[in-house]
Amino acid sequence: MDFILSKEQEMARTLFREVAENEIKPLAAEIDEEERFPEEALKLFRKYKFMGIPYSKEYGGAGCDTLTYEMCVEEISKACAATGTMLSAHTSLGTWPIVNYGTAEQKAKYLPKLCSGEYLGAFALTEPGAGTDASGQQTKAVLEGDHYVLNGSKIFITNAGYADTYVVFAMTDKSKGNHGISAFIVEKSFPGFSVGKKEKKMGIHGSATCELIFENCIVPKENLLGKEGKGFNIAMATLDNGRIGIAAQALGIAEGALDETIKYVKERKQFGRPLAKFQNTQFQLADMVTSTKAAQLLLYRAAMAEDTKKRYSEEAAMAKLFCASNAMDVTTRCLQLFGGYGYTREYPIERMMRDAKITEIYEGTSEVQRMVISKYALK
Amino acid sequence: MSFEDYKGVYVFVQQVESKIDNVSFELLGKAKELANNMGTEVTAVLLGSKVSGLYDELSKWGADKILVVDDPALEPYTTEPYAYCMDSIIRKYKPAVVLYGATAIGRDLAPRVAARVGTGLTADCTKLEVDAETKDLRMTRPAFGGNIMATILCPEHRPQMATVRPGVMEKAKPQAGFKAPVEVVDLKIGAEHKNVDVVKIIKKVSNKIDIQDAKILVAGGRGMGKPENFKMLRELADVLGGEVASSRACVDAGWVEKDIQVGQTGKTVRPSLYIACGISGAIQHLAGMEESDLIIAINKDQYAPIFEVADYGIIGDALTIVPELTAKLKEAIAEKEAV
Amino acid sequence: MNIVVCVKQVPNTNEVKLDPKTGTLIREGVPSIMNPDDKAGLEAALELKDNLGARVTVVSMGPPQADTVLREAMAMGADEAYLVTDRAFGGADTLATSTTIAAALKKIPYDLIITGRQAIDGDTAQVGPEIAEHLGIPNVSYAEDIQVEGDTVTVKRQYEDRYHIVKAKMPCLITALGAMNKPRYMTPGGIFDAYREREVKTLTRKDLDVQDTEIGLKGSPTRVAKSFPKQLKGSGTVVTPSDAESAAEYIVDRLKEKFII
Repeated sequence: MDFILSKEQEMARTLFREVAENEIKPLAAEIDEEERFPEEALKLFRKYKFMGIPYSKEYGGAGCDTLTYEMCVEEISKACAATGTMLSAHTSLGTWPIVNYGTAEQKAKYLPKLCSGEYLGAFALTEPGAGTDASGQQTKAVLEGDHYVLNGSKIFITNAGYADTYVVFAMTDKSKGNHGISAFIVEKSFPGFSVGKKEKKMGIHGSATCELIFENCIVPKENLLGKEGKGFNIAMATLDNGRIGIAAQALGIAEGALDETIKYVKERKQFGRPLAKFQNTQFQLADMVTSTKAAQLLLYRAAMAEDTKKRYSEEAAMAKLFCASNAMDVTTRCLQLFGGYGYTREYPIERMMRDAKITEIYEGTSEVQRMVISKYALK
Repeated sequence: MSFEDYKGVYVFVQQVESKIDNVSFELLGKAKELANNMGTEVTAVLLGSKVSGLYDELSKWGADKILVVDDPALEPYTTEPYAYCMDSIIRKYKPAVVLYGATAIGRDLAPRVAARVGTGLTADCTKLEVDAETKDLRMTRPAFGGNIMATILCPEHRPQMATVRPGVMEKAKPQAGFKAPVEVVDLKIGAEHKNVDVVKIIKKVSNKIDIQDAKILVAGGRGMGKPENFKMLRELADVLGGEVASSRACVDAGWVEKDIQVGQTGKTVRPSLYIACGISGAIQHLAGMEESDLIIAINKDQYAPIFEVADYGIIGDALTIVPELTAKLKEAIAEKEAV
Repeated sequence: MNIVVCVKQVPNTNEVKLDPKTGTLIREGVPSIMNPDDKAGLEAALELKDNLGARVTVVSMGPPQADTVLREAMAMGADEAYLVTDRAFGGADTLATSTTIAAALKKIPYDLIITGRQAIDGDTAQVGPEIAEHLGIPNVSYAEDIQVEGDTVTVKRQYEDRYHIVKAKMPCLITALGAMNKPRYMTPGGIFDAYREREVKTLTRKDLDVQDTEIGLKGSPTRVAKSFPKQLKGSGTVVTPSDAESAAEYIVDRLKEKFII
């Protein structure tokens, strides 16, 4: 496999780096502290057409590739993981299923708005009783004439309240289990749809995470995404793709933590010399830089697989498992190198450690990734 | 082209509203030295409208001869009428060297003239010497953001032209009572040269003293932490009767105005005292202040390059030392006055 | 309206460091960027395009690698790009460079030419006005704002202590100050299009109407006699006082010694 980036990918990376450094990083601490949605970033992403990077120009996308998009999530997350979550949930989860499963009419109606960022997208699968085991869906959808009526609730929904469209999963035929789940495109203005309480989270404070409530929510029949009963497949395929985005976010967090730490250990002195002169620091850094580079290679391999292969569940799961656990490990060890200062909010490292944890949990926990990987190993 | 025909060191005199810019006097001083080494004379080229009142000043600061074009089309400055006059004078009088100030006027006019005459031009020189053997002008200037110095020659073309950084050269001793002969050059500035109209002049309102004119400068860098901390520099400067200056970092960060920036992309200063507070001393900064007579640097980082040019370096936090210094100076000055 | 913007690829001199042992420049690993003043000029041109409609063409003289800044300019929104490149152009000083670029510009339609005031590697500010002279058009340097109305361009021209608001008829050349605006970013899609769907046209020696004696090293009146690392004056006394008070006392004593107070 060729890991040399093309000239356009190189230039795109330079662009993402500049935007992250100049525009995203200066706001990261404030967004975390105030637990507020990164609206400035969203505005900027709209202006510079970051909201549909991997999608075809036919639908108003940028016409780049998956790897370029993942590099964007990586670089943005280096500066602010919560902003990375917003972008990744919109692109990988909110838009992707419509690109891949939408009818011509649905694509024409929603994609230009999603790819331009006029609409923000979201994805609603998780329920209080259906997390890792998505088949426990309680939300119901009943066809009544020209529309479905949805009842139930979803939790932990990223971009909730700010999103304009939600890809929502609900049972159309409970008796069929997984095969009774269907997917719908729900607009925020549909009657009976509302956003519930906002979660108070350990990390990614800037990401809006809320409950969604469906009370006799009217969804036009033409907003059924894919065929009835195909919802579970759509959800799983979307998550395969979304996991690469989370891997990119996790990688970015680790890289961001390393950048901060390398700067710090050169400046901070103990016993009369910079921390960087101590062998403990040097060896810790060597390990972390190496594992982070390995994480990047796994991620890029998965991103390229998405562009070239039909199935890439295994590559995606490996990338997410490794990048997420690396992010947790690296941020923890970096914080240790910072010592007491690292534990304070004066430095960004504690935020990065809090942000890293979620990458081991959402869009399939690390345990779910191991289930996927072992299934392929034992095949 | 016969090189022997080209003689004399010419200085383009920059005047705005009949006030001569300081850099022109500095150039006359330098030109005097160069002319002595070349065995020739200094000619001041004065372009403007109603400028006859300026002859004495030019004589005083080193002009052996004055060429003047006095025409309403020369006030205010626009490029082409000035370029036409300089080109005509160069063709007629054939100077060996022409010097311009590296100012917003000189750096616009000189290249236009160089292209018209078809000769070389060296920008932003900080050193000018005469080659002992060839008598050619050796022009030294910073390049790569001040990281390296390059010495440039213009061996096969005349005149040899340079723009020179303001604040770098020293004025000559005034020639009291000397009156240089004045020759009015008869040039008609036709409509073909007047393609640009100045419709409005907006003066930058500033009650601050130009840092290039200040005898004492208290300069702050990134180590000052935040813009509010520049207040303590102001207080120190006030006690010493000086001005506040800044490194590029603080200008880029929007803490202070660009007009107090010292360095490669700012101003070159040579005050009698320069106190650098929380300035690490990037080479670009050093380029603008290392000629100061006495440099005192306060910085937390013992490896800061500013210490390499400082006469006295103090390793410590400017944020605590500066207020302390201001207080002690007040005491010291009060004591002295009491005596 | 046809606007031509001249851009140069330069090493990011903010990241240039000196080898502490040899005193020579470390150029390795120093990223190449679009010269900041040129980028501001490009932004000004793109704003005129946004507001009034214009065709923006970018021109760069340099080695084949300078292709990158032209792609970048297209990814920001420029319509067309020319690379003026030939071994014969190498070693040019500002006069030979401006002669070459002016010859290239004669091949391209223009109403307005915008260059950066100066490049951060050379800091000369000479090429813009020299191009204007070769083309026989007016120039306005140090622009902080550019407005166009009909065939007239109005420029806020910066001086040390004042501004001139000047008007000139097009065609003319303006040199832009980096501080005049904040250049837009590229777009990811713009980058991919710039590489995959657009071309950088090349102009070489044979395409230009110039004499061999006017270009490259031969056409350059100036010669670099030598270059050397900047010599610093050398450090004086460096002390580490125990606290702020003793630091202040130390300075006051030195100022007394030097009769400054």
